[in-house]
Amino acid sequence: MQEGRDCARAPLMELMQLVIGGLANGCIYGLVALGFVLIYKASEGVNFAQGDMMMLGAFIALGLGNADELGLPFGIAVIGAMAIMFVLSWGVERVVVRQIFGQPQFALVILTIAMGFVFRFVAGSIWGYSPLVLETPFAGQNLRAGGIVVGLADLVTIGVTILLTLGLWAFFAFTRIGLAAQAASQNQMAAYIVGVPVMRVNSLIWGLSGAVATVAGVLYATKGAIDPNIGLLGIKAFAAAVIGGLGSLPGALLGGLIIGVVEPIAGRYAPGELAKMSPYIIMLVVLVARPGGLFAQIQMKKV
Amino acid sequence: MSLLEVKDLAVHFGGVKAVDGVSFDVSPGEVFAIIGPNGAGKSTIFNLISRIYEPTRGTLRFDGKDITGLKAHDIARLGIARTFQNIELFDHSTVLDNLLMGRHTHRATNFIQDILFLPKVRREERAHRLRVEEVIEFLELEAYRTKMIAGLPYGVRKVVEIGRALAIGPKLILLDEPASGLSVEETQDVAFWIEDMRRDMGLTVLMVEHDMSLVNQVSDRVLAVANGKPLAMGTPSEVQADPQVQAAYLGTAVEDAA
Repeated sequence: MQEGRDCARAPLMELMQLVIGGLANGCIYGLVALGFVLIYKASEGVNFAQGDMMMLGAFIALGLGNADELGLPFGIAVIGAMAIMFVLSWGVERVVVRQIFGQPQFALVILTIAMGFVFRFVAGSIWGYSPLVLETPFAGQNLRAGGIVVGLADLVTIGVTILLTLGLWAFFAFTRIGLAAQAASQNQMAAYIVGVPVMRVNSLIWGLSGAVATVAGVLYATKGAIDPNIGLLGIKAFAAAVIGGLGSLPGALLGGLIIGVVEPIAGRYAPGELAKMSPYIIMLVVLVARPGGLFAQIQMKKV
Repeated sequence: MSLLEVKDLAVHFGGVKAVDGVSFDVSPGEVFAIIGPNGAGKSTIFNLISRIYEPTRGTLRFDGKDITGLKAHDIARLGIARTFQNIELFDHSTVLDNLLMGRHTHRATNFIQDILFLPKVRREERAHRLRVEEVIEFLELEAYRTKMIAGLPYGVRKVVEIGRALAIGPKLILLDEPASGLSVEETQDVAFWIEDMRRDMGLTVLMVEHDMSLVNQVSDRVLAVANGKPLAMGTPSEVQADPQVQAAYLGTAVEDAA
């Protein structure tokens, strides 16, 4: 009898298990997608190095924190990596991106693809190309609740993502700088004439997106080994950002969560390689049904 | 002393001399209009004063200070506000938020204070909202306070832009074709507002305008420009009587009809 009941419960348990793991993965896609949206708002273009910024952030945290490297305490290593990536991304905007201001959008696309390669080779030449493990306080720890096993890393990922999202929301909704950034993303000319230093705000947003990418990278690294090519996850996160509407922070997060949850479920129940295709299939469906994304900010209605 | 001094201002884009040797002074409390045919360089003069364009030659002084080397985002803080011919608003925000954005340079709180919403932030926020409500009342925008810009009719958006400029709390307001696209009644409202800005708010107004009835009604002095060069300056009737001005206008009138 006991066995029979377990069998009846098993499919639901399995689904729950997949959903929780998927949510945690989705948070990471969502955080990288947030980076896409931040920069899309600041520089009116897509930063295809966003995934590589995530990768570099993770490696810097590893370089600062792992025992055989600098060996700093985990928390300090993460904050240090965020600070370094903030300054690096801020500098990239100041020195490189600003030079192509006013050029067509594809200029930024090509530039950031090239930048992504540079980041990959920089990480590769410092840390090599074989997978490394970031030492974290919560590696391999699991929590059990009613037959479901949840990795502590997954819970931390979900919690950190919620906190960071609330923080970013408060920043944009309430602070003078956040409001200025919103204004600049809506209309640069108007922002200038009310006194917003648009260029300076854009650099700051790049810095912010570097720091967010680092958080995503560290969370990614809590779940497995990292190598310089993990930045390719950025393509999936880009799909998440497009699903959300590319201009919307909550949309990006939602897009990430959708992809994160659908992927493992498709992997379990759908045939063949459908799981790997699922992010892009969802993106195509959303683009056909709602060309502006789920949280479209651009009104299609013309007067 | 003049509030705004423009001396020998010029900007050349490649071989095109968009503005070429324009000089004028605007006194405090004056309503000064710049007129001229399309492409005469009127809006370009505004973009030079707002520091959006870099002048090839010449100087700009405001309130006794040389502003030629300043950046576009420094201008609001000095007390110069403007509107645009093609309306530049924050389209995905409400009317209220657009006007509040005009208070940006008056906000002195920092990031941490903002996040914690300290008493100082609350006090400041109240003061800004009061100031903005005054503007809303003045321009009769009450009905649109919480409406998104993107869905508003053209005439209302034009008024909102004037409102945002007033929310900046300027000494000098630049109005780029405030009457274009407006009905006769709406244009009459604009005329009253300009008179009130001068009389009740002590503002100095510099405007670019095609509607000669509005120009005649509100301006103290008029500068006529054509092909980037000054043609005549004086009272509205003096300038309209100028043969050079008449020739420039007849020329465009023929072009417009064609």
